[in-house]
Amino acid sequence: MQKSLHLDPAKCTGCLQCEMACSYEKLGEFNPSRSVIKVFTFHEEGRFAPYTCTQCDEAWCLRACPVDAITMDLSSGAKVVIDDKCVGCKVCTISCPFGTINYVQETGKVAKCDLCGGDPECAKACPTDAITYIDANATGYDRMKAFAEKSLPSANTTS
Amino acid sequence: MHHIIIGAGPGGVVAAETIRKTNPTDQITLIGDELAPPYSRMAIPYLLVEDIEESGTFLRSTSHYKDHRIDYVQGRVKSIDASAKTCLLEDGTELSYDELCLATGSTPISPPIEGIDLPNVHSCWTLEDARQISALAKPDSDVVLMGAGFIGCIILESLVKRKVNLSVIEMGSRMVPRMLDENAGGLLKQWCIDDGVNVHTGTKVNAIKESPDGMLVELDNGESIKADLVISATGVRSNTAFLEGSGIDIDEGVLINNKMQTNLANVYAVGDVAQGMDFSTGEYTVQAIQPTATDHGRIAGLNMAGKNAEHNGSLNMNILDTLGLISTSYGLWMGVEGGDTAEIYTPELFKYMNLRFGVDEESDVLVGATTLGVTQHVGVLRGLIESKIHLGEWKQRLIDDPMRIMDAYVASTQELDNAV
Repeated sequence: MQKSLHLDPAKCTGCLQCEMACSYEKLGEFNPSRSVIKVFTFHEEGRFAPYTCTQCDEAWCLRACPVDAITMDLSSGAKVVIDDKCVGCKVCTISCPFGTINYVQETGKVAKCDLCGGDPECAKACPTDAITYIDANATGYDRMKAFAEKSLPSANTTS
Repeated sequence: MHHIIIGAGPGGVVAAETIRKTNPTDQITLIGDELAPPYSRMAIPYLLVEDIEESGTFLRSTSHYKDHRIDYVQGRVKSIDASAKTCLLEDGTELSYDELCLATGSTPISPPIEGIDLPNVHSCWTLEDARQISALAKPDSDVVLMGAGFIGCIILESLVKRKVNLSVIEMGSRMVPRMLDENAGGLLKQWCIDDGVNVHTGTKVNAIKESPDGMLVELDNGESIKADLVISATGVRSNTAFLEGSGIDIDEGVLINNKMQTNLANVYAVGDVAQGMDFSTGEYTVQAIQPTATDHGRIAGLNMAGKNAEHNGSLNMNILDTLGLISTSYGLWMGVEGGDTAEIYTPELFKYMNLRFGVDEESDVLVGATTLGVTQHVGVLRGLIESKIHLGEWKQRLIDDPMRIMDAYVASTQELDNAV
């Protein structure tokens, strides 16, 4: 069963445990600025919203990559950056309409969520279930993904 | 069904892959005219910096084409006969197709200047060009770069790292005039000067003359610059010459509809050779950018495989790393008459951001953007522009702080208010 991250802003308290867990898993250090899941703060609404890559089917990042450095992990469905192949050209960062693949100055390469190989640390670290990793069909995440994809006119396809 | 794709750049390769993914049985032939396996010109700057080997520029692994039953033919197409549905290769081979995809890309323009044919004048376009430049750009050699456009700027780092004495000559009033506005182009120029590059904007090269110790590049301001290597990067032109007399409609490039079809129903065109609809203006232009090539390739591939796919135009967008200073521009970055603007300009930090809004019913819709010195979440500018998201109260918030683009996007696409 394909799973995906379910992000629920209503349950997010802005504690940033997810960012800590993400950076610790990827870098071995607590460095939220390098986390690939981000919590956005909305003072006006009094809300927090965790946000990361939807692992979208269109995979604009993957298709735009000129050197085949982004591939799909068949078990998790995650689109994964292969660091050894990434040349740091950043074309994926302007192609992804969700803004969830980003250039990292320190490494000269791009970074994005890879679902931690199918066991995302952010979901495990979240104390309020604002981030859960569940059956893809049950996530509102899919609705968000569908909204964003439908709204992109360059992608309309009917068979 | 036999699909022939002429041109093995990103657009052609994605078209071939999309056909294969959609239709497991059709025959697919991909024709490339260079000796190397299909590679990416986007990766050449990183080859010049010696971050990667030549194999690091390859679009796919070498076994990829065989694994996906894509027949790769190394050769150059001389002409096509659309009524007989055949391609004639320069070596005399004739190939029959049912459907054809033109993905022949573009070639650097050679400006009509005396001396442009001298042996140490090169463009920077192919792997072979990269090899020549690597051999000639030695420490302390004098290098003149003609054109501070996208390609000129993206190879600056490799030239500076090679410790050459570098001069850049740009005809336009600023650097990268077709991608960056006055503020961004101005900051970029200062950044390059601070890094020891001699930048001449608003200046033309009159002639390149041979001299006893190398070449002499004569400028229209009366100055002359000594050069061991001249790199010409003054723009590109679609490769359409082989289509003359084929009956395929050509303007600046091959004219295509929103399915990537030419005026002939079984002939498609993608990427730099194609003149398709621009998302922002509705006009038909040659964009010559990687994301457009791969988007074209996907749409053409789906249609060629019997699906029905179309787009509402490609968004023009660029990202450029010039000696570590990263700039982007999207859509109508120059703005529209009467449209509002959100801007931050901090020259001392080399930071700039300019968001352009539309007019009338699109007065709260983002239509274009420029960024400089900003890299995080820039892709969301594409999402905001292409989705035509009405920003509502977020428009004023962006005018107050343009850096909040990602907040604006998340707030507009997630149900913050409906939360329990």
